[in-house]
Amino acid sequence: MGNIRVLIVDDSSVMRKIVERSLRQANLNLSQVYEAGNGEEALCVLAREKVDLILCDINMPVMDGLEFVKHLPTVENAKGTPVVMITTEGSENHVVQALSAGARGYIRKPFTPDLVSSQISSVLEGKK
Amino acid sequence: MTGQENQVPSEAHKAWAPVLELSAREVFSLMLGAELTPSSEPVSGDGLNITSMVGLAGSVYGLLSLRCSSNSASLMASKMLGEDLGCVENTRLDAVGEVCNMVAGNFKDKIAGMGNGCKLSVPTVIVGEDYSLRALTNDCSIDVTVLFEGFPIIFSIQLNQ
Repeated sequence: MGNIRVLIVDDSSVMRKIVERSLRQANLNLSQVYEAGNGEEALCVLAREKVDLILCDINMPVMDGLEFVKHLPTVENAKGTPVVMITTEGSENHVVQALSAGARGYIRKPFTPDLVSSQISSVLEGKK
Repeated sequence: MTGQENQVPSEAHKAWAPVLELSAREVFSLMLGAELTPSSEPVSGDGLNITSMVGLAGSVYGLLSLRCSSNSASLMASKMLGEDLGCVENTRLDAVGEVCNMVAGNFKDKIAGMGNGCKLSVPTVIVGEDYSLRALTNDCSIDVTVLFEGFPIIFSIQLNQ
């Protein structure tokens, strides 16, 4: 896959690092990685940067992942950008809520780099 | 750390102990590349000076906690991030919080009916041993002790249903 700009949204700095590492282990060619600690911070990043993919946690303080995804259609830089939720919330309700809100994929923690790779690949291929 | 008096778990709740252990094993295996082993001897809790807690709210509510030593926390962070032990001083508490969060999520998804009707709080981490913990629950309390690279870790759940 070509150069990809990614925004990783998670309140845990450790998890942001792990997600980035998993993307690299999945042989994604990351040209730029932006980080945000919650949905509100992520919207600030998107106000000035355009990305190819957003990976987002659900349970976060200030603005959670579902609320963040609902805001995205109003953000010029995020229009058409696929969002994949990465979260400990693996229940059917949460998956349905996330997909209804506009997420394209859903990865449940704990995860393996292989799982990340297959999910991200299918989401990015669907974007083409 | 001292806790409230342990309630006697029901037979149904006793069956949750192996589920909790399995949930922890899966998290450590997938995210840390480490295998947890059963503890053959009782663990007192002395020296386990880092506690992470995640609240559960919904059809079942209560608290899931993880207690470990500083060395164990550093090792967790090191394995999760693939970094040297000397580089994880600032991230080990965050790592322990995330591990507890993932174990709680994994646990509730394995208990029939709990996944959809129960939400998790963001994790809280306490450093120190000299404190009392009282969760506003009185239904059951289950402890599971495992060894992580020889270091004891105690997972506890205190629940109301």
